[in-house]
Amino acid sequence: MTWPMIRATPPAFPATDRTIMLKQIGASALFAGLAAGVFAALLQLWFVVPLLMEAELYESGARAHFTDGHIGSDAGAPPLGDAMGRHLGTLAINIVGWIGFGFVLAAGFALAARRGVEVDARRGLLWGLGGFVALSLAPAFGLPPELPGTFAAEIGERQTWWAFCVIATALGLALMAFGRGPAWLAGGVALIAAPHLIGAPHLDRYFGSAAPELAAMFSARALGVSAAAWAFLGLAAGWIWSREA
Amino acid sequence: MTTKTIASSGTLSEIATIAFAAVFGLGLIFAAGFSHAGGMHDVAHDSRHATGFPCH
Repeated sequence: MTWPMIRATPPAFPATDRTIMLKQIGASALFAGLAAGVFAALLQLWFVVPLLMEAELYESGARAHFTDGHIGSDAGAPPLGDAMGRHLGTLAINIVGWIGFGFVLAAGFALAARRGVEVDARRGLLWGLGGFVALSLAPAFGLPPELPGTFAAEIGERQTWWAFCVIATALGLALMAFGRGPAWLAGGVALIAAPHLIGAPHLDRYFGSAAPELAAMFSARALGVSAAAWAFLGLAAGWIWSREA
Repeated sequence: MTTKTIASSGTLSEIATIAFAAVFGLGLIFAAGFSHAGGMHDVAHDSRHATGFPCH
C-alpha cells in the first residue's frame, strides 16, 4: 500500500500484477490439479490397479505362471472393493501429485506469459502433452512402469536416472518449443536423447514372476492413463489461466 | 533511472513468484512420488506404480 503512493510514475510491474499472477498460478494449479488428480485416480482404479493387484497374487505366490512342467495360469484380478482404504490412499496421493504437476505447469505458463505467449485451453493442452512426454513417456522408454513383483536395479540409481531423464526431456522440449533457430532445435534433441544414450540402470538377469501379458498391459495402461490425465490437466489449467488473466 | 530500478525489482519478484510456485510444485511431486517418510511408501504404493515412478 505505501510504496506506490510515494512514486511519481506508476511502476512498470505494479504489485497488483504480481498478485494477479500468483492468483492465476494458484487457481490454475489447485483447481486443475485437483480435478486431474481425481480423474487420474479414477482411471487408475478402473484400468491399472486391478492389474497391479493381480500381479501381487504372483508376487505373494498365491498364483504361479511357471511351475514344474506347466506353463500358464488363471487370469483375473481380486475385486477392487476388498481394499477401499488402500484406494483412498491412491486418490489422496494422486491429488497431491497432480496439484504438484499443476504448479510446475502453471509456473511454465507464467514464464511463457513474460515472453508474450498467452496460454489458453488449446495451448494448455499442448503443454499438458509436453508434460506427459517429459514425466511419463520419456522415463518409461528407459524404465517402463513396473508391475509389483518386478526385480529391478537399486532404487536410488533408478530414481536418479528418472529425475535426470525428466529434467533433460523438459528442458529439451522447452528449447525446441521456444528456442530460435536450428541450433536450439539440435540442442533440444540432444538433451532428450542423452538419458537414453547413457542408458537407464538395469539388472543383468530377469526375475519377473507374473505373466508377461500382465506386465505389458500394465505398462501400456499406465502410460495411457497418464497421457489422458496430462491432457486433462493441461486443458483445464490453460482454460482457468485464460479466464483468470 | 528510478523507473529502471523499480522495473528490474518488479521483474525479480515476478521471477521469485514463479520460482516459488515451481519449487512448491516440485515439493508436492517429491512427496507423492519419492518420499519414504512415515507411511508414505505404503499409501503412495499403487499410484507410484501406476504413474511409473520408480517405487521400490
